[in-house]
Amino acid sequence: METTHLPHLPDHPLHICLFEQVQNASFLRRQLLEGNTDFEYAFLDASVLLSKNHVLASCFRSINDLLNNRLKTRNVHSEIVFALSPNSNIAESFRRFGLSDDSKNIVAIKVGGDRAKIEEHLLANVEGKAVELTDEALAGMHDAARIRKIYRLEAPKKGEVNVLSRESEALLLGSMALKGS
Amino acid sequence: MATETTSQRPLPAPFNNSTDSLTLITQGAEALLYKTTFLTPTTPAALKIRPSKPWRHPTLDKRLTRQRILAEARVLAKCKRDGVSVPAVLALDWENGWTVSEWIEGVTVKEALRKRNLEEGDSAVQSLMQRIGHAVGTLHSIGVIHGDLTSSNMMLRQDPTTHGTLDGDIVLIDFGLATQATQEEDRAVDLYVLERAFGSTHPREEALFGVVLEAYGGVYKGARATLRRLEDVRMRGRKKSMLG
Ligand SMILES: Nc1ncnc2c1ncn2[C@@H]1O[C@H](COP(=O)(O)OP(=O)(O)O)[C@@H](O)[C@H]1O
Ligand SMILES: [Mg+2]
Repeated sequence: METTHLPHLPDHPLHICLFEQVQNASFLRRQLLEGNTDFEYAFLDASVLLSKNHVLASCFRSINDLLNNRLKTRNVHSEIVFALSPNSNIAESFRRFGLSDDSKNIVAIKVGGDRAKIEEHLLANVEGKAVELTDEALAGMHDAARIRKIYRLEAPKKGEVNVLSRESEALLLGSMALKGS
Repeated sequence: MATETTSQRPLPAPFNNSTDSLTLITQGAEALLYKTTFLTPTTPAALKIRPSKPWRHPTLDKRLTRQRILAEARVLAKCKRDGVSVPAVLALDWENGWTVSEWIEGVTVKEALRKRNLEEGDSAVQSLMQRIGHAVGTLHSIGVIHGDLTSSNMMLRQDPTTHGTLDGDIVLIDFGLATQATQEEDRAVDLYVLERAFGSTHPREEALFGVVLEAYGGVYKGARATLRRLEDVRMRGRKKSMLG
């Protein structure tokens, strides 16, 4: 698990862990649905995450919206899931970016709290292999076509491989920043 | 508490609580521009703040700030989507009046021209003029009018190896007055503004401005017609200045 601070948000450390080959996504999802307060995390499905910046941008927006008392969802963790979406449909954002019963690779994020306890709790409850969250790791897990569809990016030209470029990241972050305007 | 000088305005949240470096780059009439970091401590970014204007009614002030920030960000997003070289928008807060965008490593065209090595001759300037004409033509081809085309609102993307030269890709910045328009007249006026600003800022290079227009003329269908319209706009401009 990595603990990091976003620039300009010194009071909101982020604890982030990427889990590979998760076996119990449906259990985790049930904890969220039942409102189990021990599971106050943002759980993201890595198949729709372009890059580490993509994830960090949703964290920044959510924490900034929290500080301005304008969350659209229950708490900062659900807001991180919502903030990834290019539109304001909350249910759809949870379906697309949150857990489904067959999610395989999962990013877990906790804003604030005691690092050691969080790490212990995550490792004890997520049945999967904890690895570092990097652009390379996400590139091997995400579904480029799906990301293009969600963010309405142009399809790759005929004969080109369907990989997402740095320019794509700019388009995603721009859509997320303008959401709700 | 430390006393603040009148030029040091308080930063909007969350930057008022930041422990990361924020370096003031420019303080224009409408906006303050800082160099800072965003998302990671090693990613440079440009923070543009539109401070509230205390003499305006607060409700009106908020509405205008919101409109300006959103208009600029929407145009930047459109440019990015349509392949015009502009800084990426990374985050914004239209209530608190700030935008964070990608930091462009390099210099403004104005600085580059002012600091150029005069012994190098005109060919480097001509190449720069071609790139400018191409960049503006591409912008107009997607239906965007910049509204404030000057050599300080264009940057050259440079690295340490090209520093001090006129090399580098053109990146258009400062879309605070931009509009989406498809009228030939609007495009011609956009070019006229650039031509006038360029002439007064760079008298030494003014004679080469024709290269900008020549390059522009080849970028999109209709560019030649815009250049013909530019002649009318110039004529009107001259009449106006004669009338005083
Ligand atoms: N994205 C950026 N990257 C690097 N420098 C920038 C960027 N945006 C602006 N600048 C610098 O800051 C100056 C002012 O920014 P600008 O957007 O033109 O605001 P203003 O409305 O004050 O003219 C520019 O002339 C340029 O030197
Ligand atoms: Mg400017």
